Amino acid sequence: MNQVLSFWLVQNLSGNNTLTLLLKRTEEGFPTSGNDRERVFTLKWQTKEKAVEFVVSSIGLVSVIVLLLIGFFLFKEAFQIFYKAGALQVIFGSAWYPTYDPPSFGMWPLIMGTLAVTLITAIMAIPLGLGTAVYIAEVANHRVKEFLKPLIEMLASFPSVVLAFFGMVVIAPILSNWLSPILSEKLPELLKSTNIPFISTTLADFCYDKLFIASGLNISTAALMLMVRAIPVISSIAEDALTAVPRTYREASYSLGADKWETIWKVVIPASVSGLSVAVILGIGTIIGETMIVLMVAGGAAVVPHWIFDAARPMPAAIAAEMAEAPYQSLHYHALFGVGAILFLITFVLSLISDFISKKYRAVRIGEKV
Amino acid sequence: MQDTESIHKPFMLVRKKRFNLKQGFFLSLIRMLGFAGAITLFVILFFVAYNGIHVLSWEFITQPPVDAMTKGGIFPVIIGTVALTVFCMIIIIPIGVTTAIFLSEYAKPGLILNMVMMSIYTLAGVPSVVFGLFGLAVFVVAFNFGMSLLAGSLTLAIMVLPYIISTSEEAIKAVPNSFKEASFACGATKWQTIRKVVLPTAMPGILTGSILGTAKVSGETAPIMFTAAAFFTPGVPQSLFEPVMALPYHIYVLATAGTHIEETRPIQYGTALTLIVLVLGMNLLGIILRSRQRKKKAW
Amino acid sequence: MVNDKSIFTINDFSIYYGNFKAVNNIKLPIEANKITAIIGPSGCGKTTLLRSLNRMNDLITTSRVEGQVLFQGVDIYHKDTDVIELRRRVGMVFQKPNPFPSSVYENVAYGPKLKGIKKKSQLDEIVENALVRADLWKEVRDKLNESGLSLSGGQMQRLCIARSLAQEPEVILFDEPTSALDPISTANIENLLQQLQKTVTIIIVTHNMQQAARISEYTAFMYLGEMIEFGETDTIFVNPHNKLTEEYITGRFG
Repeated sequence: MNQVLSFWLVQNLSGNNTLTLLLKRTEEGFPTSGNDRERVFTLKWQTKEKAVEFVVSSIGLVSVIVLLLIGFFLFKEAFQIFYKAGALQVIFGSAWYPTYDPPSFGMWPLIMGTLAVTLITAIMAIPLGLGTAVYIAEVANHRVKEFLKPLIEMLASFPSVVLAFFGMVVIAPILSNWLSPILSEKLPELLKSTNIPFISTTLADFCYDKLFIASGLNISTAALMLMVRAIPVISSIAEDALTAVPRTYREASYSLGADKWETIWKVVIPASVSGLSVAVILGIGTIIGETMIVLMVAGGAAVVPHWIFDAARPMPAAIAAEMAEAPYQSLHYHALFGVGAILFLITFVLSLISDFISKKYRAVRIGEKV
Repeated sequence: MQDTESIHKPFMLVRKKRFNLKQGFFLSLIRMLGFAGAITLFVILFFVAYNGIHVLSWEFITQPPVDAMTKGGIFPVIIGTVALTVFCMIIIIPIGVTTAIFLSEYAKPGLILNMVMMSIYTLAGVPSVVFGLFGLAVFVVAFNFGMSLLAGSLTLAIMVLPYIISTSEEAIKAVPNSFKEASFACGATKWQTIRKVVLPTAMPGILTGSILGTAKVSGETAPIMFTAAAFFTPGVPQSLFEPVMALPYHIYVLATAGTHIEETRPIQYGTALTLIVLVLGMNLLGIILRSRQRKKKAW
Repeated sequence: MVNDKSIFTINDFSIYYGNFKAVNNIKLPIEANKITAIIGPSGCGKTTLLRSLNRMNDLITTSRVEGQVLFQGVDIYHKDTDVIELRRRVGMVFQKPNPFPSSVYENVAYGPKLKGIKKKSQLDEIVENALVRADLWKEVRDKLNESGLSLSGGQMQRLCIARSLAQEPEVILFDEPTSALDPISTANIENLLQQLQKTVTIIIVTHNMQQAARISEYTAFMYLGEMIEFGETDTIFVNPHNKLTEEYITGRFG
């Protein structure tokens, strides 16, 4: 191995290694005095090294600059709407009528739309995502793992426009044409026929009123598709956190006679709880920022949703749907940048929180190496 | 023999079966949850493939759309997505890899490193539609590129930057220290070591990361909606400053806008299938390459 | 072979990892309430053998065994053997102290809680008792709620011993328990082991021959997966029968 390595090194370095440099310089003739020679020689490649370091470091700062630019341009373009219409009125205003005369830019319905789909999605996606992670990291045998991990990774990069398309053409019709009649017609009839108090009256009425799905394009359908988007994000981060739990913890637990589930539940999960919460936070960030699904599936109504089968226009959907028709530098254009700025702030705060948690977590892991 | 003996022992070490309801229940629950994602993937794949497979043909992928996009193929759409992706990668791979070199070889712990790390971390969490807004404000308007291939590629590039950085950094950090030491011992400078030893050794990992990044980029819709994507262009783009059609945007417009939503359903399925084959194909390629590299790794 | 004093009887026992035979055809009786040391150069299979005694090697999926290990006359590799119960009765302390990242109290109470003991007073008693037996009570009585990871290395290792003792095991397996510790902590642990052998059988794998000589009653010498020599420690160290043993003990290899 070492011989191969050194051979390869010589091959690779021979273009420009110090030996050739030295040879070249000998041909050219060294400066006469020994001191001068050393100084010149050192100077030359030290300068080059410095220059390289400068260039590399400058490029290394690109991401910082980009982030600052994103913040700057978003807030610059958003400033006008908050300034002209009043920040509080814009954020808490309940009417989003950007094209009316006069227009009204209350973002509250959009914010509540995002909140509603995020909540419903989180309720489904967090247990499924964490469950997947626990399965892959702790339960599955090697072969299942080798099979499942790439699949989850592929699900993560599945184009969201196709997910949205699937939601539109498959899930939405199933909900409105198939599930709705069963839940809001057949079920109440069945309940009524039982003649049991409460069930045949209140519960039947509830089904009749609330389980009627007017349109399949609503926040529940969107949440279902968003869940598919969030599961791989949550599970891959959570799996890393679980795998990072030292093997010694598991061994200690097994050696005390714990079974697999007890070891997972009482040792592995508590030891990785910060990593798992980072997974959940970043998963929620993904849900909040996902655009195509809420754009195509959530129904598009810019009103505060009151029930799980209502339509909504979450923030990313508003931006994506309206930007094309908003005249450049109009108030509408600025309002959409305002929505973008709020979205950016939310995800920025989520990143800060998860970064804080994972730093703390890393500190603990270093501390235990004592 | 042992069984009979054990009966006389003070403790019951031998039981016919340890019936553990709790463990059984939770582990089977976890097993079911574990497969939910995989099953979903297969269901959607199957559905799109089932409806799209008979649309796909040589003509479909080599002909331009005709009759208000209700007939014909999606050739310019495919070319648009390929062009966006290729330019995006040409722009971002050098920057991403250099940043990774900075992070792993040059940066000293301190404020600057923290700032860079924090920025990458935050960029990774920024919603794609916000990148679209940024591209609109900066590349389309401020730089006056207009809705164009260039503006779209730049926007996608910024979006995928954190991913390229983190995969490259991982690949670079995996280069064993002994390689670097050997190189230094041969009298190489730091930059020579990076260029001749670190980068060649990390290159397979960097390439794999870039392929996976390419897969992510080619499926994105929101960042190109206001920066590059056109509803319809008559042919393939002739310059960097022309708007382009793209697969994901094509699916979106055909499925939601226009007057022929039902008539173009087959084309929608065909486009979706093409996109999936492209994205998942590249993904699979990346995953296979990566697992090969891991197995092959001798150090 | 099985006499009344033997708590473990290992009969023609072999362990494979895949195709590699890590432990070859071992015969070894372990006497109750004594300290038995297993010595040998690195990679001789001593840790593998130790880990097979409470079936911790089950966790390595490629491992496979042949032959018998009788614990109080019961074949622990029989398909009806309850591994969980076995591990409760045959505890283990590892090379690197591995307390859970929870409080000192929770660490010790972990095992009893698994058994379903919920009453606070009963748990308190078990925890105190275990910590006293592990000679740690005086040092940690005021910081039971502090993290187990905040203790010093030697204290952490005694915490791990206490955690094992809380299960009231009959045997504790020690896998080089002092290799990560300073000399003073090592001496403390060695004293502790000698106190403990009145109530618990101890099997210790060690790389340190002086340690084996100091504390153990019996010593087994292993080399390349084979049991070369087993006997009373005094005999092994003063008058070994086997040439290899002699060479190892006099420090000619290893």
